[in-house]
Amino acid sequence: MLRWLIGGGREPQGLAETIGEEQTQNPYTELLVLKAHHDIVRFLVQLDDYRFASAGDDGIVVVWNAQVWDCDTGRQVQKVSCFQSTVKCLTVLQRLDVWLSGGNDLCVWNRKLDLLCKTSHLSDTGISALIEIPKNCVVAAVGKELIIFKLVAPTEGSLEWNILEVKRLLDHQDNILSLVNVNDLSFVSGSHVGELIIWDILDWTMQACERNFWTQLDTQQEIKLYQNPNDISIHHFTWDEENVFAAVGRGLYVYNLQTRRVIACQKTAHDSSVLHIARLPNRQLISCSEDGSVRIWELREKRQLTAEPVPTGFFNMWGFGRVNKQASQPSKKQQEDATSCSLELIGDLIGHSSSVEMFLYFEDHGLVTCSADHLIILWKNGERESGLRSLKLFQKLEENGDLYLTV
Amino acid sequence: MISAPDVVAFTKEDEYEEEPYNEPALPEEYSVPLFPFASQGANPWSKLSGAKFSRDFILISEFSEQVGPQPLLTIPNDTKVFGTFDLNYFSLRIMSVDYQASFVGHPPGSAYPKLNFVEDSKVVLGDSKEGAFAYVHHLTLYDLEARGFVRPFCMAYISADQHKIMQQFQELSAEFSKASECLKTGNRKAFAGELEKKLKDLDYTRTVLHTETEIQKKANDKGFYSSQAIEKANELASVEKSIIEHQDLLKQIRSYPHRKLKGSNLCSGEMEHIQDQRDQAATTSNPDESADTDLYTCRPAYTPKLIKAKSTKCFDKKLKTLEELCDTEYFTQTLAQLSHIEHMFRGDLCYLLTSQIDRALLKQQHITNFLFEDFVEVNDRVVEKQESAPSKASQDRPPSRSLEECPIPQVLVSIGSYKSSVESVLIKMEQEVGDEEYKEVEVTEPSSFDPQESLDYLDMDMKGSISSGESIEVLGTEKSTSVLSKSDSQASLTVPLSPQVVRSKAVSHRTISEDSIEVLSTCPSEALIPDDFKASYPSAINEEESYAGEGEGAICFQASLSLPEPGEAEEGSLENTLSQTDSCCIGKESDSLRGPLSTPVHTLSDEDGVVSSPPQRYRQKDQGFHVDFAAENASPSSRDISSKGFPAYELDPSCLLASRDVSKTSLDNYSDTTSYVSSVASTSLDRTPSSAHPASPSSERHKKRAGQNALKFIRQYPFAHPAIYSLLSGRTLVVLGEDEAKVRKLVTALSIFVPNYSGSVKPVRPWVSSPLHIMDFQKWKLIGLQRVASPANAGTLHALSRYSRYTSILDLDNKTLRCPLYRGALVPRLADHRTQIKRGSTYYLHVQSMLTQLCSKAFLYTFCHHLHLPAHDKETEEMVASRQASFLKLTLGLVNEDVKVVQYLAELLKLHYMQESPGTSHPTLRFDYVPSFLYKI
Repeated sequence: MLRWLIGGGREPQGLAETIGEEQTQNPYTELLVLKAHHDIVRFLVQLDDYRFASAGDDGIVVVWNAQVWDCDTGRQVQKVSCFQSTVKCLTVLQRLDVWLSGGNDLCVWNRKLDLLCKTSHLSDTGISALIEIPKNCVVAAVGKELIIFKLVAPTEGSLEWNILEVKRLLDHQDNILSLVNVNDLSFVSGSHVGELIIWDILDWTMQACERNFWTQLDTQQEIKLYQNPNDISIHHFTWDEENVFAAVGRGLYVYNLQTRRVIACQKTAHDSSVLHIARLPNRQLISCSEDGSVRIWELREKRQLTAEPVPTGFFNMWGFGRVNKQASQPSKKQQEDATSCSLELIGDLIGHSSSVEMFLYFEDHGLVTCSADHLIILWKNGERESGLRSLKLFQKLEENGDLYLTV
Repeated sequence: MISAPDVVAFTKEDEYEEEPYNEPALPEEYSVPLFPFASQGANPWSKLSGAKFSRDFILISEFSEQVGPQPLLTIPNDTKVFGTFDLNYFSLRIMSVDYQASFVGHPPGSAYPKLNFVEDSKVVLGDSKEGAFAYVHHLTLYDLEARGFVRPFCMAYISADQHKIMQQFQELSAEFSKASECLKTGNRKAFAGELEKKLKDLDYTRTVLHTETEIQKKANDKGFYSSQAIEKANELASVEKSIIEHQDLLKQIRSYPHRKLKGSNLCSGEMEHIQDQRDQAATTSNPDESADTDLYTCRPAYTPKLIKAKSTKCFDKKLKTLEELCDTEYFTQTLAQLSHIEHMFRGDLCYLLTSQIDRALLKQQHITNFLFEDFVEVNDRVVEKQESAPSKASQDRPPSRSLEECPIPQVLVSIGSYKSSVESVLIKMEQEVGDEEYKEVEVTEPSSFDPQESLDYLDMDMKGSISSGESIEVLGTEKSTSVLSKSDSQASLTVPLSPQVVRSKAVSHRTISEDSIEVLSTCPSEALIPDDFKASYPSAINEEESYAGEGEGAICFQASLSLPEPGEAEEGSLENTLSQTDSCCIGKESDSLRGPLSTPVHTLSDEDGVVSSPPQRYRQKDQGFHVDFAAENASPSSRDISSKGFPAYELDPSCLLASRDVSKTSLDNYSDTTSYVSSVASTSLDRTPSSAHPASPSSERHKKRAGQNALKFIRQYPFAHPAIYSLLSGRTLVVLGEDEAKVRKLVTALSIFVPNYSGSVKPVRPWVSSPLHIMDFQKWKLIGLQRVASPANAGTLHALSRYSRYTSILDLDNKTLRCPLYRGALVPRLADHRTQIKRGSTYYLHVQSMLTQLCSKAFLYTFCHHLHLPAHDKETEEMVASRQASFLKLTLGLVNEDVKVVQYLAELLKLHYMQESPGTSHPTLRFDYVPSFLYKI
C-alpha cells in the first residue's frame, strides 16, 4: 500500500492573510447554527451575561439565550415583529431600562417589548448607527449627519416617554458608517470616504478630524488602490484605553489616541470589506467581513515576532502543511515595518456562506455572529462546553437520584 | 450484536442462497453419515428438513358448507413454498379444531336469528405426519347466504418448526388478531350492505305481493278466499317476517360499531353515516314511503328485485369469495398484514430468538443504545402501530373509514348475542353432563428462566408426536389478554420465565392415539376474567391433586407464574394469586365438539385430547393456569363435578359465561388491556423481530448489503481507516462522485459506522446535489455529494473547499480521501482489510459488537464522576484534563486519535441524557483545527 500524503490547506483567496487548518490558539471548536430570521441579520445586541437580541432586514427582533449547553436552548425567547420598516440598529440603555431600535425612525421600547415612544420619519435610508452618550442622549447616524436625540423619561409631570431631537452634526462629507463610544470623553464616527472624527461626548464638538490619514503611512502607490471608496470606508471602530481599532476597507488599523498615529495595520485582513471588529480582553481583535469569515488577531509587539514561524509538524518540513503566506509577501512586510506593532492572525471561523454583518463576544459563552445568509452562529469553546455538559450531566444524575459517589 | 455473530449468521437459512459455504472435504474416516434430508438441499440445522414445504407460509382455509374444509390461499402465493404439502388435507385438519363452529348460528328458541359476535380462537396444532406445525387462528365471518349466516375461516401459520410456533405464540396471536380484526371489520361492513340490499328486495317483493293480494281481493267477491289468495297471503306474511328478521340482523350488525363508537371523538363521519342508514332502514320498512325514499336518496342505485320469500339457503348457489365477504379494501389490507406476518417470522427460530434477546438486552442499555442501534426507537412505534395498525396500511382511505379500522381485537357482542351464547352453552353442556372426564393440569411455580431447558422439553414433546401416526395434536391455544394487575405485569417483565413440562405419561398416551385430535390447550380469546369467576378457578385446580396421578393423558406441566410461593398455587387459597393470572384452558371434551351444529369432521376426534403445555413465553404473566375447557364453559352441573368442596354459590353461572364472553362485561377496560398488551410486547422481551420493524426483511437485507459493501470498501481502499475514523469522531464524511448508485452504495455501507445523535434518524444523507451549507455539517455526518462536470458544480466544490475544515472528503471518482491523520488502534480492529469475515451480515455483526464495546467505554468515560469534576476547589482545569487523558489512555487503553472517538461519543451521550425531548434538534457541530492530508490509492 502506497500512500501519498499531500498537504491540504486551502489556496489563499486574493491577497488576504490566511491561516491553515491547524489553529492551536483558536478556542472555538464548537458551533451551533441558529435559524430564525428570513433575511439578512444585521445587528446583535448583548442584553446581559448570556442573552442577546438579533435584528434583521425581515423586521424581526429575536432574543436569544446564548447559554447553550444542549441543543434545545439558544432558542428564540421572544419575537417582535411590529416594526414598520427595516431595523438597522439596536441599542440598550441600561440606565433607563429601555432599548432603542433604529430604522426609518427611532423607536424606544421597554423590557416588556412595549413601544414607549418614537420619532417622526427621519429618512428613507434610515439610521445606520446608534450609540448612547451621557445626559440621556443618543447619537444616531443618518446619512451624512449625526443627530443627537434626548430621551425624556416619565416624570411627575408627564407619564409618557418622549424623544427629542437636540442637535445635528454636519461635518462628515459622506455617509457615516460607524459610530462608537471610545471613552468617557469622546465618541468616534467614521464615514464612507475614510474620515474619522473624534467628538467630545458632552458638548458634541469635534475634537479631532482625520481625513484620508491612512495614506500618510503609505507611499503614493497605494493611493490608486484607495480610489475605490469601498477600500477606505470606515465600517466600524472599536477601542481600548489607548487605541482605536478601525475597520477600514478590507484592512484593520490600530490608531493610537495618544500619538495620533497608526501603530499597527493589516491592509488586507480579509478578502472583502471588514464590517465589524471587537477587541477582546486578551489583546485579541476579532474582525468579520463581507467575505463571510471571522478572523481572530493578536496584537503583538514587533520585537517579539520571529521572522518565520517554526514549522509545527513533521509534514510542514516537507512543505505539506500550511506555510505562512507572509513569507511570500515581502513588500507587504516592508510597509508594515513602519508600525511598531503587528496584528497576527491566530485563527479564523468559517461558517457563514455570506457576509458576516456583526458579532458579539460573550466572556463565558463565546462568540455570536450574524450574517446575510440569515443565520446566526454561536461559536464556543468546545472543551469548556464539554466540561459544562459534564457538570450538567452530573447535576441531572443527582436530581434523578442516580449519582452514587464512592467515598 | 450481543450474541456470537458468526453462529447466528450461520444459522440463518437465507444466507445460504447468497454465498454457499464451501468447506474443504473431510477425510473419509472422519466423515459422519449424511443427514437424511440432505438430498432435499437442506442443511442439518434446518428445522424444515422433514417437511414437505420449503419454508413457513400462511394458509387461509374455509370450512365451506358445500364442500367442507378447503384451502383458499397461501401467503406467499407461490407453489414453490408449500411444494408437495397437501393443503387440502391440512385444511381439513386445521378446520376440524374450530371450537367456535359449534356456537354460531341460530340458537333454537330465539325469536329472530341472532348474530353471535364470536371471538376468534387460537390454537396450536401439529401434524407429525406432514411434519407441519401450525398456529391456527379461527374466525367467523358473516354471510347472509350462508348457513346460520356464518362462514368459518381460519388462518394458519404453518411451519416445520414446532418450537417456533410454540415460542412465538404470543406474537403470532397478536399479529393474526390484527389480520382477523381487519377481515371482520370489512366483513361487518359488507354484511350490513348485503342486508340493506336484501331489505330493499324484500320490501319491493312485499309491495308487489301486496298489490297482487289487493287485486285478488277485489276480483274475488264471493266472500271467501281462494287457495291462491291464501297462498299469497301466506307469502306476504312470510315476507313480512323476513323483513323483520333482516331488520333485526341489520340492527345487530350495526350495534357493534355503534357501541364501539360511542364516546369516541372520531365518530362524526361514520356515525352520521350509520344514523343515515338507520333512518333509511326505518323508512324502508314503511311500504308507502319506501318508493319516495328511493326517489330522493342519492345512494348508489340498487334496483330491488322480486325475490322468493323462502330459501335463503340453497346448496347450488355460489358462495361469496373471501374478498367479496370482506370488502376489497379490507381484504387487501389483510393480505398485507399477513405477508407482514410471513416476513416477520421468516427464518430460523434461533435467529428470531437471538434477535429478540438482543433487543431485550439493548433495551436495558437505554443510555448508550441510541448511538449505533437503529431499532431502539422502533419498539415504541410498535406500540403505536399495534394501536393503529390496520389504519396505517390505509391512510389514503376516506376518513370515514378509519373508524372501522380499529385494530384492537374486539369482542363482537351485543346483548342479544350474549344471551344466545348463553343458551348455546347450556345446550351443549347438557351433552357434557354425562361426560366426566377431565383433563387436569398441574400448575406449579416457575423456576428461573432457562431457555435450554425449555428447548429440551419441546424436543421431547416433539418425539412424542412424531410417533403418533396420523394424529393432529393441538398443542396449545391461548387466551391472549391477561388480566394482570399492572404491578404484576411489570414484575414479570423482568423475570423471564418459562414453563417446564413434567413430562412422562404424555408421550405414551399420544403414541396410542390413532387419528386423534389432541387438543393440548385452548383458552378463550381476549377474555378478561371477572374476579368472581377467577375465584372459581381453584375448583378446577383443586382437582389436580386427585387427578394428577391418574390422569393418563395428561402432560403435567409447570406453568410459570410470577407468583412468589409455589405451594400457594396448589392450595385452595388461590383466590389472591389466581385473580392475577389469566385463564387458559386445556383439554377439550371430544363430545363438546359434537355440538348441534358440529360438522362431520368433528368425528375425527374420537379420543380425548389432553392437556399440556401452553405456548411458552419469556414473559409469563399470561401464562396462567390452565383450566379444563369444559369447566370454563360448563353448566353448573358439570361444574360441580370439577369443583368438589366448593359451595355452589361460588359458581355463579354468570361467571361461567363470562369466561368466554367476559369482554362483554368489560368492554370499558378493553382498550386499556390492549394497550397494556402492546406495551408489554414492546417493553418486555419483544420477541418478534419484525413486529418491531415492518420493513424488517428489507432492513435485514440492508444490513447484509451494508456489511458486504463496507467489507468491500475496507478491502479496496487502503485509506478506509481514516475515513471510518472521521465518521466515528463526528467529522462529516462527504462521499463525492458522479455516479449516484455508486455513491449511495458506499454511503449505505459506511453508515454502519455513523453514531446517531439520538434515537431518531441516522445523520446520513445518501445523495445531495446542491452545494453544502454549514447546517449540513451540523445535521449530517455522512453525505453523498453529486459531482457534476459543469460550471454549476463550481459552487458545490467551492463550498466544499470552504468548509473543508469540517469535512473529510472521499472522492470516489479519483479514489482519494482528504481527511485528518489517524494513528489509533481501534479502527484497524474494526475494519481489518485482512479479516477472515466473508459475509456481509457477519461483518455487520462484528462491527456492531466492536461498536458496543466502544459505547461501553464511552459510557464509562462519560459517567465517571471524578473524571469530570475537580476533586477539590483548588484543582485546576488542567489537572482535571490530565486526569481525563490518563483515564482514556491507561484505563480505557485508547491510543492517539481513538481518544477523540470516545470523547465524541461521550458528548453525544451527555446530550442524549440531558435532552428533555429526544430527537428534536441536532447537537452542536464539534470540530478540531487539525490539518488534513490527501490519501491516494
